[in-house]
Amino acid sequence: MRILVGIKRVVDYNVRIRVKPDGSGVDTDGVKMSINPFDEIGLEEALRIREAGRAEEVVVVSVGGDECQQQLRTGLAMGADRAIQVSTADSLQPLSLARVFLKLVEKEQPGLVILGKQAIDGDNSQTGQMLAALWDRPQATFASGLDLTGDTATVIREVDAGLETIEVDLPAVITVDLRLNEPRFVKLPDIMKAKRKPLDVIALDELGVSAENDIQVTQHTSPPQREKGILVEDAAQLVTELKNRGLV
Amino acid sequence: MSKTLIIAEHDAHELNPSTAKCASCAAAIGQDYDVVVLGSGIDNIAGQAAAIDGVGTVHAIDAEHLASPLAANHAAEVCAMAEGYSHILGPSTTFGKDLMPRIAALLGVNQVSDIAAVTGPHDFKRPIYAGNAIVDVQPPQEVAVVATVRVASWPSAADGGDAAIEARAANATPCGHTRYVSLQSGGGERPDLQSANRVISGGRALASEENFELIYKLADLIGAGAGASRAAVDAGYVPNDLQVGQTGKIIAPDLYVAFGISGAIQHITGIKDAGTIVAVNKDADAPIFEIADIGLVGDLFTVIPEMMQLLE
Repeated sequence: MRILVGIKRVVDYNVRIRVKPDGSGVDTDGVKMSINPFDEIGLEEALRIREAGRAEEVVVVSVGGDECQQQLRTGLAMGADRAIQVSTADSLQPLSLARVFLKLVEKEQPGLVILGKQAIDGDNSQTGQMLAALWDRPQATFASGLDLTGDTATVIREVDAGLETIEVDLPAVITVDLRLNEPRFVKLPDIMKAKRKPLDVIALDELGVSAENDIQVTQHTSPPQREKGILVEDAAQLVTELKNRGLV
Repeated sequence: MSKTLIIAEHDAHELNPSTAKCASCAAAIGQDYDVVVLGSGIDNIAGQAAAIDGVGTVHAIDAEHLASPLAANHAAEVCAMAEGYSHILGPSTTFGKDLMPRIAALLGVNQVSDIAAVTGPHDFKRPIYAGNAIVDVQPPQEVAVVATVRVASWPSAADGGDAAIEARAANATPCGHTRYVSLQSGGGERPDLQSANRVISGGRALASEENFELIYKLADLIGAGAGASRAAVDAGYVPNDLQVGQTGKIIAPDLYVAFGISGAIQHITGIKDAGTIVAVNKDADAPIFEIADIGLVGDLFTVIPEMMQLLE
């Protein structure tokens, strides 16, 4: 079995986001970029499945400009077998991304496509579900447990009401949540080795997908800030304050 | 004519409060709105949806294969009845986040995720970067708008409606490729986090599952929901459904009290719409004090029992 893993280049989760003064976007100049943390967990899971003998090949995919090769190389250093960059200068919205993945699925015939449950920049949480819809295959979103038996995956999903278990026939799309695993650290020799692993570049229009970003984004603003409040000395003052404000 | 369809969320017993919040968003869009309830044995749920103020018609699609909320089955049914609706809304709960993009893709449109404000029928505000930036977005007018509603940004629509309930037959073929197995529910009888007026939350400083009883006791004393930071869930002190934050639940109670939570930015994202934020932490430099309305530098293991004595 082959596993496709999507990895997105995003502003590192530790970076404090600043909206540009002209409202045209957020400032990414000189900012640390990383693999979307959910995608990294997805890749780790794919590697563990391969290491357990349930898959032969893990292919990492990223869609974007040449700068995303940096994240693909990190993915190769973590242990992916090869990488595909779908090259485009445009930033694609989820439906176009799902169409890109569908084309790759037709080409690569994976048993599993693993994606993060959301990217921490756009916070859309759409691409995996959309791919499953277009592919007419199962989706198991927000996975915190994954077990493969034959052609079936049993997935534990983190939902608002608790932990839901579903079974899906392969091939399927899995989107992963934080508690699925802890990604491994990359070792220096692996970074050297990763440089020799194959990284194919495919132009977006070669796949026959156009960047139809039909949702216009017109303005970025900073959210309203909360004011710093008061400090109280002890539990008695706290309870009095809460009572005065009619909160208890 | 332009019309909005709301996908009801429920657990087969009760309508989820997220549906009435979606109704507020639909009212802000300014068109007539209907609700569709999908499930099995849903007369009661349809009745609750019909009581939401302003709902035109409740469509009830009752079929065995819709009993569990599998997105593949539900999306196919919604798409089969989507014609005539300019807007299709679902909540930004795990139910809606799972289902709505599948609907959007089948209809060939991108989704507007997490509507926080409506400035026109095709003009919305939504948070990105964990709420650290807000964007104005305009989906195209000539196709359906499929969107999730950021429930923490919207009040519940009032009761008092008396919508007509129309039963509809299920139209789509059940998918065989996905099977529901079970739900292990972590929460007890406490108020639902996403609709509770008060929430008492604990962090890593609680240090054990047993100590978390302190949080539960205080919560029960004042009729609050119980929440937790990611650190407390990761450490196994509480089940995942208590997690508040960017990747847990985004909540907006009137009162949020955080005990032993340092206030990582991902946690703050989940609470910054709360009315009053109270922080109790031993560390005077904890970032949560930057945004707390009332702060107390102290040990939660003495503060909570003292508070309980004063509140009893």
